[in-house]
Amino acid sequence: MNNSRDRTSADGGGDGVPTVAGRVRLRTEPGAQVRTVHETVAPDTVRQSVFDINDMGVQYGSKTALAHTTMKIYRHLVTAIIGPSGCGKSTFLRSLNRMNDSIDSFRLLGQVLYNGHDLYAPGVNRVEVRRRIGMVFQKPNPFPKSIYDNVAWAPRNIGLTADLDARVERALRSAALWDEVKDRLRTSAMALSGGQQQRLCIARAIAVEPDVLLLDEPASALDPVSTAAIEDLIGTLKNRYTIVIVTHNMQQAARVADRAAFFSLDRTDLVGTLIEYGDIKTIFGNPRDQRTRDYVTGQFG
Amino acid sequence: MSDGTLMGTDELPYDPTSPLTPTGNLRRRMIFSRAVSVAASMAAYIAIAVLIVVVWGVASRGAHALRLNFLIHNPEGLAEGGIANALIGTALMVLFGALIAVPIGVLTGIYLSEFASKKSRVANGLKLALDLLQGLPTIVVGLFIFGLIVIPQHKESGFAGAIALAIVMLPLIARSSQEVLLTVPGALREGADALGVNRWRTVLGVILPSAMSGIATGVILSTARAAGETAPLLFCDGIFNPNATELNLFGHGVPNIPLLILTASDLAIPEAFARAWGAAFVLLLGILLANIATRIVLNRSLKKRGGA
Repeated sequence: MNNSRDRTSADGGGDGVPTVAGRVRLRTEPGAQVRTVHETVAPDTVRQSVFDINDMGVQYGSKTALAHTTMKIYRHLVTAIIGPSGCGKSTFLRSLNRMNDSIDSFRLLGQVLYNGHDLYAPGVNRVEVRRRIGMVFQKPNPFPKSIYDNVAWAPRNIGLTADLDARVERALRSAALWDEVKDRLRTSAMALSGGQQQRLCIARAIAVEPDVLLLDEPASALDPVSTAAIEDLIGTLKNRYTIVIVTHNMQQAARVADRAAFFSLDRTDLVGTLIEYGDIKTIFGNPRDQRTRDYVTGQFG
Repeated sequence: MSDGTLMGTDELPYDPTSPLTPTGNLRRRMIFSRAVSVAASMAAYIAIAVLIVVVWGVASRGAHALRLNFLIHNPEGLAEGGIANALIGTALMVLFGALIAVPIGVLTGIYLSEFASKKSRVANGLKLALDLLQGLPTIVVGLFIFGLIVIPQHKESGFAGAIALAIVMLPLIARSSQEVLLTVPGALREGADALGVNRWRTVLGVILPSAMSGIATGVILSTARAAGETAPLLFCDGIFNPNATELNLFGHGVPNIPLLILTASDLAIPEAFARAWGAAFVLLLGILLANIATRIVLNRSLKKRGGA
């Protein structure tokens, strides 16, 4: 695998964003073309990577959902995954905490390193994986329990029972929900509004103190006010967590993310893959790939 | 007239000013649709009517049994006294059978819906086995326990009867639990998975509470079925002293309601018939009350959690 990229080559010229075009051999068959994935690296680039993804692909049975994706996701940044439907964004995200394992026909190709550990190595316990890499889903899915119990449930089951009340309060405050629910912690979470439910799901996820938060279109089912609340929340959470967010909303990506990865269907085999990855300003302001340019300017079709 | 293309036509294929009632083909379809809807409602009313007729039939002949003396006294002589010993016996056997069948059945349902992969051959074989067991004539279950327990022990016992009832209950509980668990939204499982909590804790803390009312309904229906089951008890728990209370399941045969009804009906004397009807009514009422009580308890706990 040839994915050696010079991350420290920050020369800071022009736009201030140097480009390292990673030339990666993606196919081994004779006559295969070499694809180029553009990747721009931010100047302050000696960042620590949380995920180191090497030539990752996903197959469901005989169907390939994602192929040849190589990228690094950096600590304490918000990384947005953008791209059209059906290009493997959610598949990619769900493969980062092994949520796809429950699908019988799921198969992962390549390698996903999390803090240097192969996520899919034998002996890796997926419960432990998800404890460190939490996830919030598109549709709010609070448990049919009280608000308090929704947040306290996972810590209780993991053994973080010391000072549970404080932990619940901290999580709800972090999720910017505390003031709205502090007087009715014992009432059902199902009675909350959609936006509140989603913030509760975020509180629930951070109550177990994960290292990474994966957000799968967390605001797409919400109204604009709730969406703004979630976006503000992401801004404050990134100081503490590494966040990867899948979104269909490009304005949202531009607002919340530090870096963006554009996924789309490959021209030749129509399989989802990473097209371009880089600083948010570059992806939206000066993308290298025509497909990225078309997509972010709304000329995708 | 129109130019032939569907969207390009200038005229509508019907007169928009005509009365708003279907004509021709659409009228036929409307009539047929109404007929089917009437037939479906009729079928539902017939089912309810059968239930009402049965309940009324039992109640009108057995309501006299709702006297304290009938409930708290043991039988005397051939057809005198109460049915206390049979009530206690049936309750004991059903309870013991349920103690065996409920954990195994619910865990089997949990295995099928939460732990087995969809393609698992073991799981598919298990489902088939449960369906076959459910369809097994209960007299065969009785015969099986007769060979397994009664013959080696050289005696019929409440224990043998309870085991037979457990076998009757098991597939009902397992399959109904599985069906109910499958209706719990997958989003809840995903939500729990994403928190790094293991599957058993998720089952215990999130999935079972959501499915509790359905599982409880399955358990109640199966115990109700077992409480009225006669055939397996003929072999396993049929020989007892009809006038004595037997509290020891491992001792001799335990008097029970279904066989009391059977033997009393066989006597062909009016007093015995009356006793049989009375016992049947008490059985029916007991099952009804257990059903209602469980529902009340479940609704309360559901309200506490704020409804699912």
